[in-house]
Amino acid sequence: MSKKHHITTTVNGDECDFLCEPQQTLLDCLRDELMLSGTKEGCATGDCGACTVMVDSVMVCSCLVLGVEVDGANIDTIEGMAKGNELHPLQRHFLELNGLQCGICTPGILIAARELLARNPDPTETEIRYWLAGNLCRCTGYDKIIRSVQAAAKEMRGNA
Amino acid sequence: MTSILDKSGFNPDRKLKIVGTSPVKHDGIDKVTGRARFGADLYLPGMLIGKILRSPHAHARIKSIDTSEAAKLPGVKAVVTRDDFPEIKAGTMAGDMTRNAMAREKALYDGHPVAAVAATSESIAKAALKLIKVDYEVLPHVIDPAEAMAPGAPILHDHVRTKGVKDAADKPTNVIERLDIAMGDVVKGFAEAEIIVEREFDTKPMHQGYIEPQACVAQATEDGQIELWCCTQGPWVFRDRLTEILKIDAAKIRVQQSEMGGGFGGKTGFYGEPVAVQLARKAKRPVKITLTRNEVFRATGPVSGTKSRIKMGITKDGVITAAEAELIFQTGAFTGSMFINAPQAMFTRYNLKNVKTVSYEVVSNRPKVNSFRAPCVPQVVFGVEGVIDELARKIGMDPIELRLRNAATEGYKTIYGETFGPIGFVETLEAAKKSDHYNSPVPKGQGRGVAAGFWFNRGGETTGTLNIAIDGSVTLILGTTDVAGSRISISMMAAEELGIPVDKVRAIMADTHSLGYNRVTAGSRTTFATGMVIVDSARKAITELCKRAAGIWGVPEEGVTFEDGYCRPASSNVGTFEPLTIAQIAAKTMASHGAIAGHSEMSVTGAGPGFGLHIVDVEVDRETGRVDIKRYTVVEDAGKAIHPLQVEGQFQGGAVQGIGWALNEEYFYGPDGRLQNASFLDYRMPVASDVPMIGTEIVEVPNPRHPYGLRGVGEVPVVPTMAAIANAIGNAIGIRPQSLPMSPPRLLKLMDDAKVK
Repeated sequence: MSKKHHITTTVNGDECDFLCEPQQTLLDCLRDELMLSGTKEGCATGDCGACTVMVDSVMVCSCLVLGVEVDGANIDTIEGMAKGNELHPLQRHFLELNGLQCGICTPGILIAARELLARNPDPTETEIRYWLAGNLCRCTGYDKIIRSVQAAAKEMRGNA
Repeated sequence: MTSILDKSGFNPDRKLKIVGTSPVKHDGIDKVTGRARFGADLYLPGMLIGKILRSPHAHARIKSIDTSEAAKLPGVKAVVTRDDFPEIKAGTMAGDMTRNAMAREKALYDGHPVAAVAATSESIAKAALKLIKVDYEVLPHVIDPAEAMAPGAPILHDHVRTKGVKDAADKPTNVIERLDIAMGDVVKGFAEAEIIVEREFDTKPMHQGYIEPQACVAQATEDGQIELWCCTQGPWVFRDRLTEILKIDAAKIRVQQSEMGGGFGGKTGFYGEPVAVQLARKAKRPVKITLTRNEVFRATGPVSGTKSRIKMGITKDGVITAAEAELIFQTGAFTGSMFINAPQAMFTRYNLKNVKTVSYEVVSNRPKVNSFRAPCVPQVVFGVEGVIDELARKIGMDPIELRLRNAATEGYKTIYGETFGPIGFVETLEAAKKSDHYNSPVPKGQGRGVAAGFWFNRGGETTGTLNIAIDGSVTLILGTTDVAGSRISISMMAAEELGIPVDKVRAIMADTHSLGYNRVTAGSRTTFATGMVIVDSARKAITELCKRAAGIWGVPEEGVTFEDGYCRPASSNVGTFEPLTIAQIAAKTMASHGAIAGHSEMSVTGAGPGFGLHIVDVEVDRETGRVDIKRYTVVEDAGKAIHPLQVEGQFQGGAVQGIGWALNEEYFYGPDGRLQNASFLDYRMPVASDVPMIGTEIVEVPNPRHPYGLRGVGEVPVVPTMAAIANAIGNAIGIRPQSLPMSPPRLLKLMDDAKVK
């Protein structure tokens, strides 16, 4: 088997390192090497968005990034979204407004929605729908996801 | 003692504190933080990765399989083929199951498993698959069910003779069964009709489309005990089927369900699980198998495609006098479509007296179909509701009015023998008729459609336990899988019974050692049936609480009643005692008298049928054939919405799945019988920007057989969707599509052919 590479990264603020084969994706490395299984695999072809994470503040499908590409990078995953016992407003509103049913797409959608609100604190419904068009959900029909994002955006604007 | 099945205790005047509110679900926090463990999220020490080699041929005899080179690859710990599965007679249920899990004599579809390996890494496992040599004799294949029925079609199974046909020829066929279901006299009924409409329809298989691919981890001990972790809608069903096909005692197989990343029926049957078990038994190490999306599309699900001919007759004043249908269901490579649902449900909601149906189930070289919300019903309702709309137009009657004129009510005897108790179809139609959506003018350039749907709703074998802790808080052990929020709804019913806050209740999904048999979570049965079992358990615990309170007070048991979370003296004659809370009774008596719990197991009956009506406005782009859903409203009877936000979620999710089925989702097979669009890029499910907000109206006509009046709500929301959209498109462009999906190229062709552009 091919030689493994030693990769050093920062994940959710913690420096960590792992060994990976050259073909392993960042998604594989997060899940199988770092045991951060909150990031989900729905397709491994960049079509469903369940594996969405941030790499150096750029939103990516972690199934389309190789593990060897993230040496020295800063990675943010769903596991770092809440601060202590304080849920992110998006997490709270998804819970309160039933923005999730089975929950498998939820980590990717939360990461994507947080990035949307960082860029655009007051998105229209259409802007939210197009921003999240890369994140498939089969349970909710999207209605309550959109409403959860709207409610979180409203609260975050009020707090800003 | 009277059973809860005979006397539910439903009281329409009861003041409810918890049922009918929408608290945050207790399992939600793990799902927004990434902590929840789904099928692929279990990692065990020493765990191997299993990969499955799949047939590239739609139909081929497997002459030999040589795994010797694969087994020699360093890091490979086990290889399995058909030789590692017990021989079970073809054509039996278990025989089909084992052959679908691992091909034996023949590969029957592109993606059919033929071998598997377990290795120390995924890359080694993949490399090992390439070293397995399978000698195939490629056979002619057939994909389309109508072609599969034709004389001279390639035959999948030599043992199949059509069931339900008298004097069937004693030669192999692809027609598994012919089913005749009828009531009344259609000849007489059609003679009474003044207008008759007869149309043909076809629908395509669609995939359940859960975002979580099937995943499992199996572990086996040297003395033959198995632990299986998997995402399943039916842990007990998986266990019992494994027992049957692998010949292992049920008591030695412990199945633990993971969190379920979407199922919709597609996880009621197993795929990689028996393979993982056999690999783990050989390797003596845990084996994880996670399907890729490509494997999910090629080898799991989908729902049945159908062809149907539907004929209905009506009088000029709007009374439907007769209905007739001929239906063909493709079931994939093996029987199991549950197509009997279709003739039983397709017309049921109208008070028809004369109905005749003939249905066929047909095998072809595609993956075996699996359940999906209201299995086999939406496909044929697509046609029925189109014919009804056409009848309404022909007699100049409002389409909801026509449905009201013919709506079934309490006392109607259905084609499948059930006589309806209190049902809410009329109330649903009235609510739709009064809705803001229906009363708003149809915007210029758009078309509006409506369609109605029905699902039986199910009960069935269910087991559960309620345990009271010493501090008065409560844990529930549930056997049915939580696919979208049943744990919180069931916890709410337990809290309501016990008069405690729902935050004092927590529910877990049990493994198969912890409870007796539970049927799969399917058919909109779980919140209803497991709710029933847990309410029954709570009432048993209350009986014990009263007994303990009587002991504390030194009064007879019948001198104590339970109300709003307190045991109280039943009357002043009993004496004056301070009411006791559950926590007080638990603290005072558990050490001396043991735990307080309730347990219940039964085959739950009394499910209340569900009815819905959908209203949709569409705009059709005449240049591209693209359909834009502009407005959508689901009106449905929930009996009683235990958790209204979740009920709305079921309505919305079902409708949007139906929008995908209606507008885009289909499989493309090449002439070689291989699936050409096995990815989310090419199999186009609705994304957020494809759909509008989905309006909901919850109608509540209680089902008195349930303590809180609820009806299942999960199946009905997809039943009328495709029909409603087709009716709307018909009203927009002047020609009602009779074929799914109504995708841009198909709709363009329809408009071109009809010259309506």
